[in-house]
Amino acid sequence: MRLELDPAPSLGKVALAYAAFLLLALFLLALLFLAYGVSPWRAFAVFLSPLTDPLGLSEVARRAIPLLLIGAGLAFAFRVGFFNIGAEGQLLLGAVGGAYAALFLPPGPWTLFLMFLLGGLLGALWGGVAAWLKVRFGASEILTTLMQNYLAYYLVVYLVAGPWKGQLVFGFLYTDRFPPWAHLPRLGDTLVHWPTLLLGVGAALALQVLLFRTPLGFALRVLGENPAAARYLGLPVGRLLLWVGGVSGALAGLAGVGEVAGIHHRLLEPAQISLGYGFTAILAAWLARGRPLWVLLTAFLLGLVLAGGDALKLAFSMPFRVVDVVSGLFLLALIGAEALSRHRVIWRR
Amino acid sequence: MEEALLRAVLFGTPILLASLGALLAERSGVVHLGVEGVMALSALAAFALALETSPLLGLLAGMGVGVLGGVALGVFAVTLRANQFVAGLSLAALGLGASGLLGKRYEGLPLANPLPEGGLALLALGLALLLHLLLYRTRFGLYLRSVGENPKAADLFGVNVEGVRYGALALGGGLIGLAGAYLSLAYRPSWTDGMTGGLGWVAIALVILAAWEPLRAVFGAYLFGLLFFLQFRLQGSVPIPSEAFATMPYLLVILVLALSGRTRAPKALGVPFERGR
Repeated sequence: MRLELDPAPSLGKVALAYAAFLLLALFLLALLFLAYGVSPWRAFAVFLSPLTDPLGLSEVARRAIPLLLIGAGLAFAFRVGFFNIGAEGQLLLGAVGGAYAALFLPPGPWTLFLMFLLGGLLGALWGGVAAWLKVRFGASEILTTLMQNYLAYYLVVYLVAGPWKGQLVFGFLYTDRFPPWAHLPRLGDTLVHWPTLLLGVGAALALQVLLFRTPLGFALRVLGENPAAARYLGLPVGRLLLWVGGVSGALAGLAGVGEVAGIHHRLLEPAQISLGYGFTAILAAWLARGRPLWVLLTAFLLGLVLAGGDALKLAFSMPFRVVDVVSGLFLLALIGAEALSRHRVIWRR
Repeated sequence: MEEALLRAVLFGTPILLASLGALLAERSGVVHLGVEGVMALSALAAFALALETSPLLGLLAGMGVGVLGGVALGVFAVTLRANQFVAGLSLAALGLGASGLLGKRYEGLPLANPLPEGGLALLALGLALLLHLLLYRTRFGLYLRSVGENPKAADLFGVNVEGVRYGALALGGGLIGLAGAYLSLAYRPSWTDGMTGGLGWVAIALVILAAWEPLRAVFGAYLFGLLFFLQFRLQGSVPIPSEAFATMPYLLVILVLALSGRTRAPKALGVPFERGR
């Protein structure tokens, strides 16, 4: 048996490939639930339970916000061939920038603006460093951004345990509470900080237009499809990559500001600021197939994965890591189905 | 001093083993980004089986999980020709997640009869030498290198490109599994969530630092081992926050990547093979 390229697969075949891989992923997930010791049916029901009531839906929306911001930036970066895996760290740096503006800069009506500005800049810096290392030294951005995640993690731990540890908190590792003017408004009683949501929608729209309706976007897409051709055409490849790294980092940074200003109102331990948004957003971006606008849909789908993971944690005291399992399985299923539908199976050699 | 070197070797051993595994896969043209997750799952499988039966069976189970991980990556990266970076990253997430989920009941349990660290460290050293000989002194090694450099030519000479890549992934996976088993059966010996702590990523970076040569990986691994040792030793004794020490290995990886970013990699690294294209 071998596989041959099928340039024009029929719609039915594509659907079949996706259905087969999704079923396989669900089956493996069910096996894991069984091994953990809960009935797969109950686990699936709990996992989908956020869809059944308004409170659950608002939890999905709340988690979709950072996924939307980060995912739009990543879909953009992946399209240009920059594999930014470090959104987690860029988000954390954004949270650091936001916390600095909230706690230490002169207060005023500009505080929220300054928080987003500083957080976005720090995120852009973190993404830009990886791009610079790639452009200047040819270092793989997959590995550098991953390593930068660890650096950002320890920076936050250092800050909340050391110099920024709150005056009014004792046994806990977090800063003092942000002043009220550094809080983002939320929708009613929910945790949906809508200004960040709007920011995310705007970012997805803007990047979509930039990529597909402008000359710069054309240059970026050429770079993503064929870097050699881009060099041959005389495109400023280095500058474009720096730009892409900066933009995707900045959006992750903004997401970090949204989390501390909209939800926690303080800087706290990294694992509590981000629930693996950085990695889940990779899935959102990959699902969107390099179209930032599609992230509007995929971010909510993955918001459900995170909210469902939380529900599982509460119902069966499962480790939150279950979310990584779901993300990993579905990402594999996705690329598997994508690849299979591009091929024809030849049974004889 | 002597103690420092010993600890460096003992801590460098899992990095060395995982790095050799990743190196073997990369030499055949496939990037194995799943190392961190496969290591975590192997560590768990090894520990669980060692508790129930014997540490040696545990060791085998760890290696078995590593082999399975390599073959799973092969299905995506070799047979389906999907994006191997994304496939590897998903495998990493899946392995980390599944080990966290299934390992909860083993968290904090002691292992009555751990395996000797020193013996396994020697084994790792021997394996590095063996891998060098395999790559440069055997027919399979020649096939493996040629498949990683120029699969089209290898194919024309009748080498089964996909078969060799599966072989490299399975063998390399076994080494990665051994790295995980070493952590949970000898180095710790216990199991905790997140016990791989980024070693898998360090191992992947080390492949680049070692310029895809097994013998050079030995020195790199012990260097990282020394660094991790210094990090634990110097904590508290100098007026530098412990978090700064904790970042050292990761900073070093970035430095290494920057310094050796343009080292010549196997030519077909990361490119799926398609006959007739």
